[in-house]
Amino acid sequence: MITLPLHAIAHGRAGDKGDTSNISVIAYRSEAWPHLMEQVTEPRVLALFAHLGASRVTRYALPQLEALNFVIETTLGGGVNSALGLDRHGKTLSFLLLGELELTIPRDAVPEGSPYLSPAP
Amino acid sequence: MSQVHIGCGAGFAGDRFDAALPILADMADREGACYLIYEVLGERTLAIAQRLRRDDPSGGFSPYLEAYLRLSLAPARAAGVRIVANLGAANPLGAAERTAGLARDLGLPGLRIAAVTGDDLLSTLDAATLAALPTIEGTSVAGRGIIAANAYLGARPIAAALATGADVVLVGRSTDSALALGPLIHEFAWAQDDWDRLAAGTIAGHLLECGGQVTGCYFADPGFKDVPRLAEAGFPIAEVDASGALLVTKPQGSGGCVTRATVTEQLLYEMHDPAAYVVADCVADVTAVQLRDGGQDRVRIEGVRGRAAPGTLKATLCVDAGWLAEAELSYAGPNALARADLAGAIVRERLSAQGRTGPLRVETLGTGTVHDGGHPARRTSRQLSADGEYRLRVAAQAPTWAEAQAISDEVLSLYCSGPAGGGGYRTHVTEELAIASVLVPRSAVETHVRIHEVVA
Repeated sequence: MITLPLHAIAHGRAGDKGDTSNISVIAYRSEAWPHLMEQVTEPRVLALFAHLGASRVTRYALPQLEALNFVIETTLGGGVNSALGLDRHGKTLSFLLLGELELTIPRDAVPEGSPYLSPAP
Repeated sequence: MSQVHIGCGAGFAGDRFDAALPILADMADREGACYLIYEVLGERTLAIAQRLRRDDPSGGFSPYLEAYLRLSLAPARAAGVRIVANLGAANPLGAAERTAGLARDLGLPGLRIAAVTGDDLLSTLDAATLAALPTIEGTSVAGRGIIAANAYLGARPIAAALATGADVVLVGRSTDSALALGPLIHEFAWAQDDWDRLAAGTIAGHLLECGGQVTGCYFADPGFKDVPRLAEAGFPIAEVDASGALLVTKPQGSGGCVTRATVTEQLLYEMHDPAAYVVADCVADVTAVQLRDGGQDRVRIEGVRGRAAPGTLKATLCVDAGWLAEAELSYAGPNALARADLAGAIVRERLSAQGRTGPLRVETLGTGTVHDGGHPARRTSRQLSADGEYRLRVAAQAPTWAEAQAISDEVLSLYCSGPAGGGGYRTHVTEELAIASVLVPRSAVETHVRIHEVVA
């Protein structure tokens, strides 16, 4: 087993509606899917977004697409019309989730040729 | 029955003006009805358009109307492609008249344009009624001057406008996905309660409405998700048949890619509960959706289900919210981080001494600020270099333009009065708008919907 950021095994996109962000988390390979289900949980995502003011996280699972959809409430500093941060839509937040959530996973959950498996010399 | 082909030439107001051209070239060889849609109307965009219309009653349609349609009207007509767009913004009839003028300039006499009106609630409901509508999201508008109030119309008015024989249909606020569902209802005569098909058409629209976001744009992550030839990425074309079977592809020979991964990202984009994607015409459920490869850059979307449309329509109310000042200044080279931080501390101290108390954020770009929510304590976990390139950013809200500008001026003054070596000042002072999403009874809106015809 190896410990890597979520970014090693999944991709995603963030969208906004008012002060709510939604972030998809999609497995690159089927081998990663059970680990997403098990380790990318509502409490962990809530903890990751707490400093942004997140009050509630709801996770929706789409097993046939091997995708999760997270709905994260009150996390955009008031939203696109009132936030003071640079990224008022929270467009970059998918990479906060992908980069800062770490998972313990078998090697075969990571796509072949991933830069995570062959670090730069 | 043959297929309907729907391409999307823009996913937001700043999208590539020429993206429709490869779609139109591709459609010239396609059999079956072809449509081109443009989605250019954000919540803010419409409020700004309402202001423009207040100042000039013939204005208030999308400022990009000409940039998009000047390129596409002639090739669309030549290829027999009808255009459906929300370029009408706050003035669909004005947009239709401008489009007719453009068509005459381009040597396209006889081009028929239909405008759909009825989304503007300011012209049909009084302020007290509007302020009393139940809020589902966003700010409270009680006691504030409403600049814009628009209901999201569904696909039926677009289908009705197409039934007049119009070559171009221009709407103001409607559900984004309705730009695609409208043509499908027109072509296939889907019944008002044919929920599964209406939902399939809605998901077709949802996948198209952000333009290239389903064809490999806004997707690339080099080394992890590589996308070929992004600079010439093709925008999407959906192929839909009468049963609601749906496939997404892109123009022959274009860059970008359509894969199950690109479609999955866009399917879930700005979706909350995947079992209940609510629009004016139905509630779509994608929890049983399967994506299947249908050839190179072709993905089939199967298993969309639908339920009855809600009895209310969503509407957005827009009110004034003062001004936003943003100002930035860079520091580079040895000890840049300490100099940028010191610059921020100086601005804070001066604004405080002046008694300014409104919302304020002072941050050093390059230290993780886009994700820190204004909590610089998160910086301690990062291995930041003392040297390098850092940029002071000050953002503040103020009730008047003058107060906002004065905050910006404090950053400007750092040129001579701040730490050593600050350069590259930029500022932006913009009017802020606050938005509330409310629910309005269908009957209060739908009786006011009208189709207007204009001929070039």
